[in-house]
Amino acid sequence: MPTVSVKRDLLFQALGRTYTDEEFDELCFEFGLELDEITSEKEIISKEQGNVKAAGASDVVLYKIDVPANRYDLLCLEGLVRGLQVFKERIKAPVYKRVMPDGKIQKLIITEETAKIRPFAVAAVLRNIKFTKDRYDSFIELQEKLHQNICRKRALVAIGTHDLDTLSGPFTYTAKRPSDIKFKPLNKTKEYTACELMNIYKTDNHLKHYLHIIENKPLYPVIYDSNGVVLSMPPIINGDHSRITVNTRNIFIECTGTDFTKAKIVLDIIVTMFSEYCENQFTVEAAEVVFPNGKSYTFPELAYRKEMVRADLINKKVGIRETPENLAKLLTRMYLKSEVIGDGNQIEIEIPPTRADIIHACDIVEDAAIAYGYNNIQMTLPKTYTIANQFPLNKLTELLRYDMAAAGFTEALTFALCSQEDIADKLGLDISATKAVHISNPKTAEFQVARTTLLPGLLKTIAANRKMPLPLKLFEISDIVIKDSNTECIQYVGAKNYRHLCAVYYNKNPGFEIIHGLLDRIMQLLDVPPGEDKGGYVIKASEGPAFFPGRCAEIFARGQSVGKLGVLHPDVITKFELTMPCSSLEINIGPFL
Amino acid sequence: MADGPVAELLLRRLEASDGGLDSAELAAELGMEHQAVVGAVKSLQALGEVIEAELRSTKRWELTAEGEEIAREGSHEARVFRSIPPEGLAQSELMRLPSGKVGFSKAMSNKWIRVDKSAADGPRVFRVVDSMEDEVQRRLQLVQGGQAEKLGEKERSELRKRKLLAEVGSWRDRPFKPYNFLAHGVLPDSGHLHPLLKVRSQFRQIFLEMGFTEMPTDNFIESSFWNFDALFQPQQHPARDQHDTFFLRDPAEALQLPMDYVQRVKRTHSQGGYGSQGYKYTWKLDEARKNLLRTHTTSASARALYRLAQKKPFTPVKYFSIDRVFRNETLDATHLAEFHQIEGVVADHGLTLGHLMGILREFFTKLGITQLRFKPAYNPYTEPSMEVFSYHQGLKKWVEVGNSGVFRPEMLLPMGLPENVSVIAWGLSLERPTMIKYGINNIRDLVGHKVNLQMVYDSPLCRLDAEPRPPPTQEAA
Repeated sequence: MPTVSVKRDLLFQALGRTYTDEEFDELCFEFGLELDEITSEKEIISKEQGNVKAAGASDVVLYKIDVPANRYDLLCLEGLVRGLQVFKERIKAPVYKRVMPDGKIQKLIITEETAKIRPFAVAAVLRNIKFTKDRYDSFIELQEKLHQNICRKRALVAIGTHDLDTLSGPFTYTAKRPSDIKFKPLNKTKEYTACELMNIYKTDNHLKHYLHIIENKPLYPVIYDSNGVVLSMPPIINGDHSRITVNTRNIFIECTGTDFTKAKIVLDIIVTMFSEYCENQFTVEAAEVVFPNGKSYTFPELAYRKEMVRADLINKKVGIRETPENLAKLLTRMYLKSEVIGDGNQIEIEIPPTRADIIHACDIVEDAAIAYGYNNIQMTLPKTYTIANQFPLNKLTELLRYDMAAAGFTEALTFALCSQEDIADKLGLDISATKAVHISNPKTAEFQVARTTLLPGLLKTIAANRKMPLPLKLFEISDIVIKDSNTECIQYVGAKNYRHLCAVYYNKNPGFEIIHGLLDRIMQLLDVPPGEDKGGYVIKASEGPAFFPGRCAEIFARGQSVGKLGVLHPDVITKFELTMPCSSLEINIGPFL
Repeated sequence: MADGPVAELLLRRLEASDGGLDSAELAAELGMEHQAVVGAVKSLQALGEVIEAELRSTKRWELTAEGEEIAREGSHEARVFRSIPPEGLAQSELMRLPSGKVGFSKAMSNKWIRVDKSAADGPRVFRVVDSMEDEVQRRLQLVQGGQAEKLGEKERSELRKRKLLAEVGSWRDRPFKPYNFLAHGVLPDSGHLHPLLKVRSQFRQIFLEMGFTEMPTDNFIESSFWNFDALFQPQQHPARDQHDTFFLRDPAEALQLPMDYVQRVKRTHSQGGYGSQGYKYTWKLDEARKNLLRTHTTSASARALYRLAQKKPFTPVKYFSIDRVFRNETLDATHLAEFHQIEGVVADHGLTLGHLMGILREFFTKLGITQLRFKPAYNPYTEPSMEVFSYHQGLKKWVEVGNSGVFRPEMLLPMGLPENVSVIAWGLSLERPTMIKYGINNIRDLVGHKVNLQMVYDSPLCRLDAEPRPPPTQEAA
């Protein structure tokens, strides 16, 4: 969930009133926001870097507000204020207009070289804007928020904003070999080639996260003006030449990306939010984008869409009984201008360009419910009559757990993910013999594979509890995962869980008889008689790298091998940082269902 | 105290003697209470290997009042024998003698006397032998003379059964050192269930009480399709990022997907449909095939709802699950790469947001949480969505206790569920309420191999609706 940080006093000034922290928290809650933290720049720096560094910092109170991930229109002070003011019926939602320029329309021409790397671009112009320091900061911050969220860290969309008065159109969006791109980037004093820049930014804490998007591509995207001035090299950096400042009056905005829909949404959000400060409030100057196929489009779209929803549908989905007029009023408070039409039960809702999150009637239903107030809705119990059933494997597990504890064993709860070493090397096995599933992107060795046996988890639990009085008797009943290419398997994913029961006995003596006795008890509980006949159980001498030679047996029950028990090999004991002998038992309980 | 005067005396005596001392004799010799000597022995033993002591029990015997009478007068049977003249005695008369009843049957079984039942004036008793040995009297006299050890165990127990002999030193009447009732008892050797799984059992119980059927969740490995696409979570969603989700290298891809359904899902994502605008992007099958460790149990719910949709006609259901999910997240005091998710789902005609809130109220009431409020929220696959907050008395603030919503039509309709069926659902983690309940601040103290087994041994029953403990001293995360 994105967090937007706004100056409290600025926010209250824009809202036209002040609130106590509690009142504002309450308002946020009602609207679906969360006042996450009340802090200041000074406090933030002091927390992160210590009091000394924080000495000169501002102690203006900041509200950090959590915004739902699909509400891009609330990612800046301007949007938050507009949303809340409409919600509280203090203002009417503004209408955003796209206008043609008096003179020539700004043009962005996309060449076909971009197709393979970043094929889409949209553009618009904010004319005669009036920034202040706070407005300018908010403008920059909104771009950053959009980059982090809907733009997926610039992978889907990257935004470039430029001082139009320093440039001359038409603009060309193309892709070139990195060595052929050379310009002075933002905040640098000289020109670099794209290759050089990629190297320089490897150590830039902010930009290094975006390099991978184009790094290994033969051609890098780049935008030029008609004089060959570089506007930007998306999605990495803008040129210094066209940088905007507090004094900039005319802004050219370009958004490039791999997702056309999202690029259009991002552009709409920026211009709807900041056209507030244009001389002609809430109007945006159109720009033309010519695609490689010759087709040309005008942006921003700023499309208003009409949706029709029946009032009784909203009432039925929420569980309220409001008149169509009231529902229309509620929706209007949510920035969705609505009116009752037709037979008096139809509500026509206008979806503004700021509400790209409204894609279905259910989104409209939710907004009606929010405006009504979730906590005002009458709670009722569904009349759904059903008979409960347990999942048989879990039912058996629950029953066994209690009797394992009654047998004197203590339950452990260990991780399903572990290192290759845990399930292979430490048990004297080769990893290929484990049929383990492998994780492709583990951050640490702890998450390389899913466990194929419960034993390592129990041994690690003992290792962490060596100070406890002996004997240690532990068990766990949980799932392990094995690769399984059987397409008959209902999961179809190529791997399968098995429910295992594992127990260990750790003491000064190996205690095979204890573990063996536990097996006998488990079989008694499962109503499996001793002996090979009639679906009974038997143990037969066996071997395994994890066990001491001659001290291992395989367990056969109901006509199949279900697991092993034995005294662990000293190497295993040592590798798990244990010092005493240990015997163990592990079976698959699936066959006993 | 081990350094008391008695202990010192005892050690000196022990040093002087070889072969050890008898505590009772020593006490008598020193003219002190036996208990004082025993106390000194115990405290010396407590020091470790200072002295060795073994418990000896000596039994002494004494005669009961009746036993003393017999030792003096002879046994009842002997007295009966002696009272019979050569010409015999009428049985009725014999029975009137003080020893008559007991003595008669004993003398009969000793074959000292006989009864003639055919005598003219009723049964008459005669001697059979001329003389007899009164063994009982002799044995009792031995005991009286302090020679009880000359009697065999069997003989002694026979006399004891006849209440003629009693063990001296029977503890019934002895004075004892008082117990220290402030001391702890010795805990029984026992196995223990893990506290988190005890809480899991309680949650299962609650769902079962509410008529919810358990969904199968025994598949940690899931395809992106079931984990994300089926839930109408777009392919560029941040949750599908490598930074948030564990993907698999092997097996990297799901072998098989239900292709008819996949096509409907693809269309809904890329073009919309079922009343939706869709997300308008190029949906890729390869992306949907990618295997991962499921990031939520909602993937299992999706499978369950899909199976439900294939059954015609539709029947309403209530489902639940509690199982592990995996996130490739940054780990901290409250986040691990794997945790348990609790999920409840109800599918029926005409369910409302009010129904969702109503069932959440019942559910949380069973957890002992009664003060609830609901906050609008965003989840990719539910709309409307609401976060559930409860007022925490200990923390003195509203804390989030769960997330809930109505599944989006874009998720349900491609499965084939009827249009007027709504599915309400909620979820929460198992760890968080457990940590709050037991006042645990670091999740590693609760889950995984690093837990302190003592904590497991000591954890109380899980009674979710019982009064909570006093709040932890540190503020819970």
